Amino acid sequence: MADKPFDAEAYVEAAAAAVELPIPEQLKAGVVEQMRATHRLAQVVMAQPLDDTVEAAPVFRA
Amino acid sequence: MTVLLQTAGEIARAVRAGEVKAAAVLDEALARQETVGAKVNAFTEVTTDRARGEAAAVDEAVAAGRDPGPLAGVPFAVKNLVDIAGVSTLAGSRINADDAPKAADAPLIARLNAAGGVLLGALNMGEYAYDFTGENSHYQPSRNPWDTDHMTGGSSGGSGAAVASGLVPLALGSDTNGSIRVPSAFCGLFGLKPTYGRLTRAGSFLFVAALDHLGPFARSPVDLALAYDVMQGPDPADPVCAQKPAEAISGELAKGADGLRIAVADGYFEQNAVPAALEAVAKAAKALGVDRRVTIPEAARARAAAYVITTAEAGNLHLKRLRERPLDYDGAVNERLMAGALAPANWVFQAQRFRSWYRDRVREVFKDVDVILTPATPIPAPRIGQKTMMLDGNEVPVRAHIGIYTQPISFIGLPVAVAPVHGLGPLPFGVQVIAPAWREDLALRVAAELERSGVASAPVAPL
Repeated sequence: MADKPFDAEAYVEAAAAAVELPIPEQLKAGVVEQMRATHRLAQVVMAQPLDDTVEAAPVFRA
Repeated sequence: MTVLLQTAGEIARAVRAGEVKAAAVLDEALARQETVGAKVNAFTEVTTDRARGEAAAVDEAVAAGRDPGPLAGVPFAVKNLVDIAGVSTLAGSRINADDAPKAADAPLIARLNAAGGVLLGALNMGEYAYDFTGENSHYQPSRNPWDTDHMTGGSSGGSGAAVASGLVPLALGSDTNGSIRVPSAFCGLFGLKPTYGRLTRAGSFLFVAALDHLGPFARSPVDLALAYDVMQGPDPADPVCAQKPAEAISGELAKGADGLRIAVADGYFEQNAVPAALEAVAKAAKALGVDRRVTIPEAARARAAAYVITTAEAGNLHLKRLRERPLDYDGAVNERLMAGALAPANWVFQAQRFRSWYRDRVREVFKDVDVILTPATPIPAPRIGQKTMMLDGNEVPVRAHIGIYTQPISFIGLPVAVAPVHGLGPLPFGVQVIAPAWREDLALRVAAELERSGVASAPVAPL
């Protein structure tokens, strides 16, 4: 587990700079809130142990 | 009853037999646009001239003794993310309205036309398909024909509104996380989300290529099969579309549920629902003589993984537009896309690896059963604009809650028919009939059995 709680606001600011995505002031709070929600759900996914043999399915075949 | 309000199969039969002209069916459809269209806000474009030409061609074929096809004279319409020649593909957005009109139809329109179908136009949808409500700030919400103050569900909201209001007997929608199944349930229709990779998505404005499907809405399982059969087949223009020949299933529906091992999903799929949503499944199970239950493992985690892939992939698709025109998006969409564009790759790859793992677990479940039943949605259609609702004494956000039962299924591409159940309240409910990959026939056979038993039906809403 992380030492510190996820700081969605700081993350959004850093990641937006990395992908060169200017975020209009009036959308910032909403983007941070959405990032917090995505982080929460991502933790559910990250908690699943997966063997090294489990491949990703970017072009998925059912 | 007018011809238009009959099933697609019955319209085509009458047209092929020369009992009614395709042009007359079209006249009824255009007249109904005038009287009913504005009440449900289903269409964003009515292609009248084109439709007249297509109807005339069907009538000429009948007059000349040629076979006009199994959908002869059947008016249909498509979610406005499917390319129509001469029309800009809006995908529910204001931004795409600036795009040039498309030079060609999407292959699925061409295939429906080749079967005698008559394209009536393009249908309203949630912006860029990132939506479970059918609301749209640019083109206004599509409205539920069973109560126009209520949502159609999304994102294929116009598709649900158009078929349930009798504007057309057949419509196409797309489904990434539930966008065919949710409006089918909310509007009380039969809907088919085929196996991932079954129907070509070429010529469509995709939302999340890793999860996107196209499929039909109709008022009977027979009509779904008719449309599905003529739309199948490989297409090199869609890298996901399977190199499989068409496997026609219309002739299979009469088999019903005979010999099928059917079970109701328990656990996750019984939680967080209003009682009537579960009662719809119980009625279906009783009619089918089913008392078996199965557990779909890790469904909550599957929903979380679908969410992560969806937001990240859509965020990347829209990055250029988010940089250049962030405020031209629907306010319900831009913030989610922006957050998705910033999601770390690690989350996405883990979600894609989990997808393989989860698919294998669900394949194990299908060794013992052929078909699984779940509710399509945990609630009936909320009111338009409604943000939260009470469930088990807790206030939950409507938008995030609508797709809890659909997301874990489309995540691994399984085919699903929605069987609509009326009479459990003022608004309809839907049952997901879930089959193993590539077995759309099983899902539609069970949906047809439920129709025969009287549990499932899709009448035109009185408007």
